[in-house]
Amino acid sequence: MSDPANIAALKARAATLRRHILAPASTYFAHLGGAMSCADIMAALHFHFLRFGDADHRPDHFLMSKGHAVTALHACLVELGHVDAAELPLSGQSGSRLAGHPTKRAPLVEFATGSLGHALSVGIGIAMAEQLDQSDARTVVLLGDGELQEGTVWEAALSAPRFGLEHLVAIVDYNRFQAGGSVDAVMPLEPLADKWRSFRWNVTEIDGHDMQAIVSVLDSLPAANGPTAIIAHTVKGKGVPGVEGTGRAHYTMLTDDEIKRSLAGLEGVE
Amino acid sequence: MSGYFAAMSSAEVLAELAERDPNLVLLSQDFGTIGSFSARFPERHFDLGITEQNLVGVAAGMAHAGKLPFVLAMAPFVSMRGFEQIRDDCAYNRNNVKIIAPFAGLEAGPWGATHHAQEDIALIRTIPGITLLSPADPNESHRAVRAAATIDGPVYIRLGFLNPIDGYDVPFQVGEAVNMRQGTDVTIIATGGCVNTALMAHETLKGAGISAAVLNMHTLKPLDRAAVERAARATGRIVTVEEHSIVGGLGGAVAEVIAELGVGRLTRVGIRDVFCTEVEPYPELLRIHGLDAAGIDAAVRAAVGQS
Repeated sequence: MSDPANIAALKARAATLRRHILAPASTYFAHLGGAMSCADIMAALHFHFLRFGDADHRPDHFLMSKGHAVTALHACLVELGHVDAAELPLSGQSGSRLAGHPTKRAPLVEFATGSLGHALSVGIGIAMAEQLDQSDARTVVLLGDGELQEGTVWEAALSAPRFGLEHLVAIVDYNRFQAGGSVDAVMPLEPLADKWRSFRWNVTEIDGHDMQAIVSVLDSLPAANGPTAIIAHTVKGKGVPGVEGTGRAHYTMLTDDEIKRSLAGLEGVE
Repeated sequence: MSGYFAAMSSAEVLAELAERDPNLVLLSQDFGTIGSFSARFPERHFDLGITEQNLVGVAAGMAHAGKLPFVLAMAPFVSMRGFEQIRDDCAYNRNNVKIIAPFAGLEAGPWGATHHAQEDIALIRTIPGITLLSPADPNESHRAVRAAATIDGPVYIRLGFLNPIDGYDVPFQVGEAVNMRQGTDVTIIATGGCVNTALMAHETLKGAGISAAVLNMHTLKPLDRAAVERAARATGRIVTVEEHSIVGGLGGAVAEVIAELGVGRLTRVGIRDVFCTEVEPYPELLRIHGLDAAGIDAAVRAAVGQS
């Protein structure tokens, strides 16, 4: 499936997701940076990897543990036809069904998150249930890097290999920034891959903006035994000139000019 | 009977339920073999070790994927460490997780206050959509477990030290307090093992000419407000008794009801906002903190003005 045409289509889809993420950015203080950083991963997951259920397969599961990146999820819901694009600029506004974190008010949100460090455990439970039922449904949990400072992540990391769970995938959006500044300055995570390896996960490190790399690692799943952690090196606020790769990207509004320049940068992708 | 053994005997009920429901799973916290359940359903018993937060999150995930998970974990740890997972992953996300929590109250005795669960009622009853059960004796704990399995939503079953109550065998109706004794001077509203102790106090009070009704509040959420109102109107004076802090527990819940009614007068018997640090066996700890029959007797006499 990772032929050049598919990769090109997924890149274009990621650009579309970024346009959707930018839709509320001039009116709504959002966690822009973490949504933009995971847009390529979200495109590959929702438009290549995840199965939505058919006669042969139960639906796969997707949990956005880094719930603050919800605009990336809402962008996928638009592309999947469950949310109208016109709703995006009204995110978080009075009466909207699109909140600042994934909630059950939005259609097709599998699990409401927000408080960090919850969804990997939930994902383990889902994967254990699927395993009990001898189903091959996959469970994908998208985590933030700052989120890994929560101790519960490591309780979960310790637990998953105990139960096998080769259909469980944890993806770390390693965009290097959290609310208080750079992750390295606040509470460094390195050596991160070694940590997951020592917890007996299958570990792959990729460039989280290299669509071919994302698709290749997803296509290689499941690993022979045990769960997989994908550490995706990304750029916070990817695609917003002047803001990407800075601490400001975490939680910000954009000027009209910044949005204009971001949209212009995305044009070439299609 | 220790709450731990009540929990273990409840596992026999679970095994029976598991026989009929292939989706029932048991998740436990470093308790080893759980009654006959582990041997009968080894593929449906998972020990998550000492990871209370993870344990509750995993249970929520299993419920999300269609299982009926029962969690067995120590009350002080699962209610406090696991609180946010109970709130967010079980209640907010509407997942059908049942938590059986032994060692509620002071049962751990001389182990120190880390092992006393004296705030779990206060914590759990703030969570929207959860059911909080606190059975009064071992057999009622089995009935509570059966009831929990039929409830659509998260349930927390608080198990303290429970002695059998002679001849007590009434159907368990969630949210309906049980009239254990009639009385006209005062109503003792008790929960958990304190119900049995209140029944002893009822006898000594009777000897002193005080007619004390005893109500078993086995469901703390949803609280039987109507039963509280009836008691407030019938006897005026109410004494709540719980192996829990007087802050926010049964006493707090009853206080909320009668304050809004503007009827009745309340005395709260419980742990008086202190850590129970005395190195004493459990029965002595109860006595020191006024939770034995004599302590309840004295509190009721004071409430009716006969101290």
